[in-house]
Amino acid sequence: MSGALSIRGVGKTYDPEGASVEALRDCSFEVRAEEFVAIVGPSGCGKSTLLNAIAGFDTVTAGQITLDGRLLAQPGLAPKPGPDRVVVFQHGALFPWKTVLENVTYGPLRQKALSREAARAKALELLRASGGLDSTAASYPAQLSSGMQRRVEIVRALMNDPPLLLLDEPFRAMDGFSKATMHQHLLDLHRRYRKTIVFITHDLDEAIYLADTVVVMTTRPGTVKEIIRVGLGRPRVPQMLYSRDYAELKRSAAQSVHEEARRAFERGEREQA
Amino acid sequence: MLAGYLGAAALWYACVAWVPLESFRRLPDPVAVVTEWLSPQPTYGISIFTEAYYKHILYSTWRASAAFAAATLLGVPLGVCIGWSRSFSGFASALLGMLRPVPPLAWVPLAILIFAGSEAAVIFVTFLVAFFATTLNTAVGVKSIDPDFFRAAACLGASRMDILLDVVLPGALPNIFTGLQIAMGAAWFSLAAGEMIAAQYGLGFLIMEAYNLIQFPTIVIAMATLGLLGYLSSALIRVLGNRLMRWREQSLGFAA
Repeated sequence: MSGALSIRGVGKTYDPEGASVEALRDCSFEVRAEEFVAIVGPSGCGKSTLLNAIAGFDTVTAGQITLDGRLLAQPGLAPKPGPDRVVVFQHGALFPWKTVLENVTYGPLRQKALSREAARAKALELLRASGGLDSTAASYPAQLSSGMQRRVEIVRALMNDPPLLLLDEPFRAMDGFSKATMHQHLLDLHRRYRKTIVFITHDLDEAIYLADTVVVMTTRPGTVKEIIRVGLGRPRVPQMLYSRDYAELKRSAAQSVHEEARRAFERGEREQA
Repeated sequence: MLAGYLGAAALWYACVAWVPLESFRRLPDPVAVVTEWLSPQPTYGISIFTEAYYKHILYSTWRASAAFAAATLLGVPLGVCIGWSRSFSGFASALLGMLRPVPPLAWVPLAILIFAGSEAAVIFVTFLVAFFATTLNTAVGVKSIDPDFFRAAACLGASRMDILLDVVLPGALPNIFTGLQIAMGAAWFSLAAGEMIAAQYGLGFLIMEAYNLIQFPTIVIAMATLGLLGYLSSALIRVLGNRLMRWREQSLGFAA
């Protein structure tokens, strides 16, 4: 078992020409191996800053992030992304100039982890298991629906066998029905491949329905406001959305999220004025 | 489309026939030009049956191709460096910003002195305009690539070289081809002008020579030939671009 993520006292202050902006302050929580964690909070709460620090896209100015004991980020350490924690991006980042198969086999081939034939076989198998997407192997991403693109991008991440998957509001732009389908798909993948998942969203329903643990973040500077253990059993099924347990979780979580949302909104009003 | 061509010819004919200006009346009408162009024994020595006509075309085409090829080979790599590296961008943008506003023809005398001859000088001037267009458009193309593509490639374990080949070049390709289109147009423009000033052969030279000898139909033939070559070369780039960017073409039909 691997994929235990530890975030300890992480802070990030941007300093563009003296006007320092504190995006994260003393952010701490632990993610167990194979756990599904959702991070929720209002826009601008530093969710993406935290994700960028875990992914190795950006530095931190305080604290430490480790994955299975290996240091990923601390002040002064040059950030380095890698195939051990692959990101699925908010707006999608499949290479438009590569076919589905070329996109999906990109990681193992560039890392020289698999031979061309082995990568191809694995890709087709994973695509087939993602709702029969193997039939689109020769298509370009723009020929697929946005839901299919998302599933292909998740397959591209899974191809690297990363202990940790980072999903940055991947279903944000989708309609309700596609979103519900994608939720079941993601839960199914999590059950089958047992990856640790860090899922960023501002949708509380989504967070509770998918995750084992919901981390609620405060508005800027972003810090952990509340950690909610979701007691719902697995597999998760849509009926749970109407259960008493779910309603109870939603009620307690909504209160802290709404508090932060109001504070973020009021600050936005002030900054506009 | 055909109606457009016919309309243009009719307008030309009307100008020559009816505009009550002495200087307009001496211009050849479309019929006279086409007759001269297609004549086995042209009055002024230039038609599709004369060797000299093809010699001029060959010279111009060679110069334009050489200049265009050099502009592509130097401009695309330089544009990639400018678009990719911020420090390089600051340095090169200042230099390019200073040189670009100089009109290409203002380079001709200096170029003749530098290259000790008119042939290389004409090619150099042609190269220069094509080079600016290619470099700047490539740089814009690289800068406009979605940063998430770089991040995704890094997550998947791509090296810097992989990122150059798999993200930077294909990502900038649409802009590179826009640049090449502009470069080709600009190349013909300054080629013709350069040939008028400093060349022994070529269509620009032919126009100037026919002007000195007051051979109206030959002037128009050379002009039309330049237009045709410009159109063909630009079509060639478009076809090549569409072939290299199939992913774009297809996305138009199926976009979700």
